[in-house]
Amino acid sequence: MKKNLWRMVPFLIFMVLALFFWRGLSLDPHEVPSAQVGKALPAFKLPTLESDKIFTPAVLRGHVVLLNVWASWCAACTEEQIFLMELAQKGVVIYGLDYKDHPNDAKAWLEEWGNPYRSIGSDRDGKVSIDLGVYGAPETFLIDKTGVIRYRHVGVLTKEIWAREFLMRIKHWEAQA
Amino acid sequence: MIAEIGLFSLVLALLFAILLVAVPTWGLLVEKPRLINAARVYVCGQFLFVAISYCCLTACFLNDDFTVIYVLTNSSLTLPWFYKLCAVWGGHEGSMLLWVAILSVWMLAVNFFSRELERAIRIRVLVVLGALSVGFILFLLATSNPFLRQFQLLKSTGRDLNPLLQDPGFLFHPPMLYMGYVGFSVAFAFAIAALWLGRVEASWAKWTRPWTLAAWCCLTAGITLGSWWAYRELGWGGWWFWDPVENASFMPWLVGTALLHSLMVSEKRQQLMAWTLLLAISAFSLSLVGTFLVRSGVLTSVHAFAVDPSRGLYILIFLLVVIGGSLLLFAARAQTLQNQRRLAVVSRASALLLNSVFLGVAMLTVLMGTVYPLLIDGLGLGKLSVGAPYFNTVFIPLMIPVFILMGVGVHLHWQGDSPRRLFARLNKEIVLSFILPALLLMVLEKKINAGVYLGLVLAAWVLLSSARVFWTRVKQRGMRDIGPSFIGMVMAHCGMAVTMIGIAVSSGYGLQDDVKMAPGSHAMLAGYTIEFISESVLTGPNYHGSRARFLIHNAHHHAEIFPEKRIYDVGQMAMTDSAIDVTPFRDIYIALGEPLDDDAWSVRLYYKPFVRWIWGGGFLIVMGGLCALSHRRYYTHKKPLPSLEAPTL
Repeated sequence: MKKNLWRMVPFLIFMVLALFFWRGLSLDPHEVPSAQVGKALPAFKLPTLESDKIFTPAVLRGHVVLLNVWASWCAACTEEQIFLMELAQKGVVIYGLDYKDHPNDAKAWLEEWGNPYRSIGSDRDGKVSIDLGVYGAPETFLIDKTGVIRYRHVGVLTKEIWAREFLMRIKHWEAQA
Repeated sequence: MIAEIGLFSLVLALLFAILLVAVPTWGLLVEKPRLINAARVYVCGQFLFVAISYCCLTACFLNDDFTVIYVLTNSSLTLPWFYKLCAVWGGHEGSMLLWVAILSVWMLAVNFFSRELERAIRIRVLVVLGALSVGFILFLLATSNPFLRQFQLLKSTGRDLNPLLQDPGFLFHPPMLYMGYVGFSVAFAFAIAALWLGRVEASWAKWTRPWTLAAWCCLTAGITLGSWWAYRELGWGGWWFWDPVENASFMPWLVGTALLHSLMVSEKRQQLMAWTLLLAISAFSLSLVGTFLVRSGVLTSVHAFAVDPSRGLYILIFLLVVIGGSLLLFAARAQTLQNQRRLAVVSRASALLLNSVFLGVAMLTVLMGTVYPLLIDGLGLGKLSVGAPYFNTVFIPLMIPVFILMGVGVHLHWQGDSPRRLFARLNKEIVLSFILPALLLMVLEKKINAGVYLGLVLAAWVLLSSARVFWTRVKQRGMRDIGPSFIGMVMAHCGMAVTMIGIAVSSGYGLQDDVKMAPGSHAMLAGYTIEFISESVLTGPNYHGSRARFLIHNAHHHAEIFPEKRIYDVGQMAMTDSAIDVTPFRDIYIALGEPLDDDAWSVRLYYKPFVRWIWGGGFLIVMGGLCALSHRRYYTHKKPLPSLEAPTL
């Protein structure tokens, strides 16, 4: 029997590999921890894209909201737009932050892909986004009623991520007074 | 409507695949020939409905049906029609459908070309392939349905195919690669069928060989095309990046090559049966692992595909069942295939064994490098990436014995040989393969680069030894009686040598320069004057940008090339479309970098001697494989039959 033990070797190698594959599934190679979670939104004052109102953290107060960072030049942003439209129709409050973008391009893009946002701040030079710690579009922040950042997702927001990361948190922060 | 037909057909195909697994297996248990023979009908049924489904997706692309999410994300109104055909496999869902479609084609081929095979084996092979189909079609339906609709009314022109993929190389590269990947499933199914049956017929290896060879040819062609595409399109002047996705295709190739050679020993000498079975299982397993690595997003790659953990989980479970199960089956059953005869120490069989061991080890080093970041991350030791330095350090030393053995092995006798007689036969070749490269380098280049010299010695050794063995065979048997598989072997080995020359010279004597150039200025590179003549505005069907005109000349040569910088309209993605002045002995490669102040550009210039030989060698290898595949021996059976068509190709 001992002579035939080598035949188990390929199987064992594979099982070790599979174990690491399984671990790898729950690790995100892109993940970088965020320093902003748990802190209040930085103070900012931006023009809005749709009117001559001003976009400030005060606008977001009173609801648990999503702040979605996007841009018309961002190809990946188109991928989440259908889902954001669905969310908006379900009543989720979404605000936009248009990142390093020209307002005319942004408006044309919204016309094409749909506009799920209550209001959009136009961050043309990207300064507010730097304060927020944004390192690329799309990113989505979950902000509670008092304007504190509670969660941050980097990359395209999908149904799965929504169900796994956002739903419970939203319920939790909705319940807080 | 078309999308729904496609989806429905896919469900029907799943049904046929399940029947293909269940009914003949039941038939084998209760020994009812009628149930067993039904397998043939189910294979045809599965093929038919997968084909319908694939055609439906293609039709959705051609009709610009943007209510289908997959079409919306991978096509646009302005995309040319032939790229729309390719866009079908431009994303995750469609490429998985292509995978299933190719699997069905291979199954149909096995069904038709294996009629002479003993029924017990043939049915088991089809059942195993059917089980694989069930797994993949379920994967499509459960996690990556390409026919998914969305009902937002959008004024959209589509998000366009990834501009990187809008290249003629992409027309053929993925289907070829998949033909190879999936083709190994046939060898895998033969191996599992043999283990299931608990005995290996003498003819088992003979039956497995043409399928392995066909799959291996496709994979070689796919890898060669992929490398050529990366060179042209990625704009970095490299042809191989040791990227996880490239490694995913290279690992099955290494094992497939080992399998081809080991199968030969199994057929001719009835030896190494267990090793051959293990290689057959590994080759396909590595194709599956490659799929997992690419699709699950556990590794980052320049070929970023859909990142989705639920897909990853499904594939992982599928891997566990298929690979884990078959390796367990191997461990349990392989002792029934004990070899009777021992190998002679110095013989062709032992050289082939040694070579396949080296290829296997080479595969393990590539595997190790590919998954190492995952292991480190999994152990919580940090994040890192493994790059070309690791692969070059561990992989190149392993190729040296492979090349030496390639030259030695073909001269050895099957029964056994003595080293002294071998040396006496080959002393001229050995001496020449050291002298010729040295002479060539001294005449053509001022300084001798040790790495290049080593590469050339190995290449010369393989070429001289192949020429010698060919000449000996011609003297013995005359030109007419040389079999195509022998010619194919010589061609493929020479192809390896040609590729080696290309790799050695282009990496040893290549030059690279980053310069700032404006129209009217010029630069010097490797004895050529490169002049930036002018710049013009570029307007394409779905992009715009700048097009530069460069003149390359020296005393004997004069050529104009036009590198471009394209901005694709939909994604606003900037693409460097490099331009290459090609001759058989060197490439001059110009890529536009960033526009600088006024009208200057940062321009990257490459001089790459012999770089074409890399793909030329790949082409020779494929030709050699096809030549061997044309051997009639594979298609004649116990009962002599009139010559049959070659399978699938």
